Amino acid sequence: MSRIDELTRQTGEWLRGEGPMSEVVISSRIRLARNLKGYPFLSRADQSQQRKLYRELSECITASPIGKDIFIADFEELSELDRQVLVERHLISRQHAHGEGARGVAVSGSERQALMVNEEDHLRIQVLRSGLRLEALWEEIRDIDLSLEKQIEYAYDQRYGYLTACPTNVGTGLRVSVMLHLPALKLVKEIDRVFRAAHDMKLAVRGIYGEGTDAVGDFYQVSNQVTLGRTEEEIIDEFGKTIIPKMVEYELKVREAMARERPYQLDDKIWRAYGILKNARAMSSEEALFLLSHIRMGVAMGRFKHVDVQTINELLLQTQPAHLQKIHQEKLSGEQRSIKRAKLLRARLEKHQPRDN
Amino acid sequence: MELRCQRCQKARATVHLTECTGEEPRERHLCDACAEEEGLTLKQQSGFTSLLEKFVDQSMKVEELARLTCPQCGLSFAEFRNSGLLGCPNDYSVFEKLLVPLLERTHDGHTEHVGKKPGDSGPDARARAAIAQLRRDLDRAVEDEDYELAARLRDQIRVLSNVED
Ligand SMILES: [Zn+2]
Ligand SMILES: [Zn+2]
Repeated sequence: MSRIDELTRQTGEWLRGEGPMSEVVISSRIRLARNLKGYPFLSRADQSQQRKLYRELSECITASPIGKDIFIADFEELSELDRQVLVERHLISRQHAHGEGARGVAVSGSERQALMVNEEDHLRIQVLRSGLRLEALWEEIRDIDLSLEKQIEYAYDQRYGYLTACPTNVGTGLRVSVMLHLPALKLVKEIDRVFRAAHDMKLAVRGIYGEGTDAVGDFYQVSNQVTLGRTEEEIIDEFGKTIIPKMVEYELKVREAMARERPYQLDDKIWRAYGILKNARAMSSEEALFLLSHIRMGVAMGRFKHVDVQTINELLLQTQPAHLQKIHQEKLSGEQRSIKRAKLLRARLEKHQPRDN
Repeated sequence: MELRCQRCQKARATVHLTECTGEEPRERHLCDACAEEEGLTLKQQSGFTSLLEKFVDQSMKVEELARLTCPQCGLSFAEFRNSGLLGCPNDYSVFEKLLVPLLERTHDGHTEHVGKKPGDSGPDARARAAIAQLRRDLDRAVEDEDYELAARLRDQIRVLSNVED
């Protein structure tokens, strides 16, 4: 069994459903964009330079303290389906899956660290945890960065900081992103207000699978856009102590208000979602996310006790197209997938029979 | 990206221009009404490209800009404009004058790195950020000929710099 096959059998760090504010915060992620001195950026690197970069960086990662626990997936040897599995697990970007030439990702066994080699920048270090845990993540990624810095020289400039292929990442090269589950704000149509506030604070809001994806199932990724002229600690502090707690508080307030003022409508939403998931004979991944989102809200609010968060999180992953095909060990058409998906959901929810309510 | 008019602080800025009076180009964003009041008979412009054209009009001929190419990686500024990606670390100095307005816009007015440097573990990064801010205040105080404030700021910078060492 390949390492990727092994991954599909576990839940993935970002879906563990633990950590501070986990009723709303799915996961926290920090990434650092780095490039090596003495090489062009990737758009101008020829094949042999790209190969050299890949080799040099994989060796450095392997030799660093995190190297013991890491496996490196070389994309030139990986099937498209396997790369798609990595995208669905949030270990690599879509852009990276569809890139060209020597490239890959180093993933730790716990899936808490994923270092993309030769994506838009030579190196993108990422660390990931469930719940809101930005300070711990910053310490972790700083240590990884430092240990790599001992072996290689980054492209760095006194004035502009860490130099990146795109000037929108220059300076710290830091991107903090937090994935939030905001079903209540969506239901009462307050979500646009959150977006506007985020926009005013120079934050980006994206869907569950990153750039250019819709916010399916009320899952949103909030991230910083300013990377220059602020310290890493300032950016992280603002996120962890102000921005995210405020959004969480807003969502929780609306959840409470709904439970107080419209409990029947709320329970109806949750139970209808459960009813469809348990009975449907064909289902798209979007619909599955949408319905699982409502159940997740019910569980987080303590109104629905027959499924645990862990199960919902597993289903969020396993109903994704590439995971579904991995589980069935075959390539499936869109129609076949929606039939298998419905079947999987029915089977998993069957084990959790509600007794009361 | 929505910008407020810098003059009235109310309407949406629709006129964007770069003034090249000093060393560094300075961006200005105004609404239609304010632009007219200031006697700026500009046609409506927005976005990075027009910002660039404005800059080009004022400081360089178009042909000169088209020829501006990095000697190390061969990237031309026109190519960067199309892809949004630079070709090598050297491009930050080759295209510096053209990049600064873009950096200001994407990084909330900032053009200087204050975060961690290679090899440092970060605890004093905050102190460096504070010093950078004080230096900016100092520049402004000197500009405003407020020498009393400037002297106070210099003392603060000295104290902080010593702590850092
Ligand atoms: Zn105005
Ligand atoms: Zn270059």
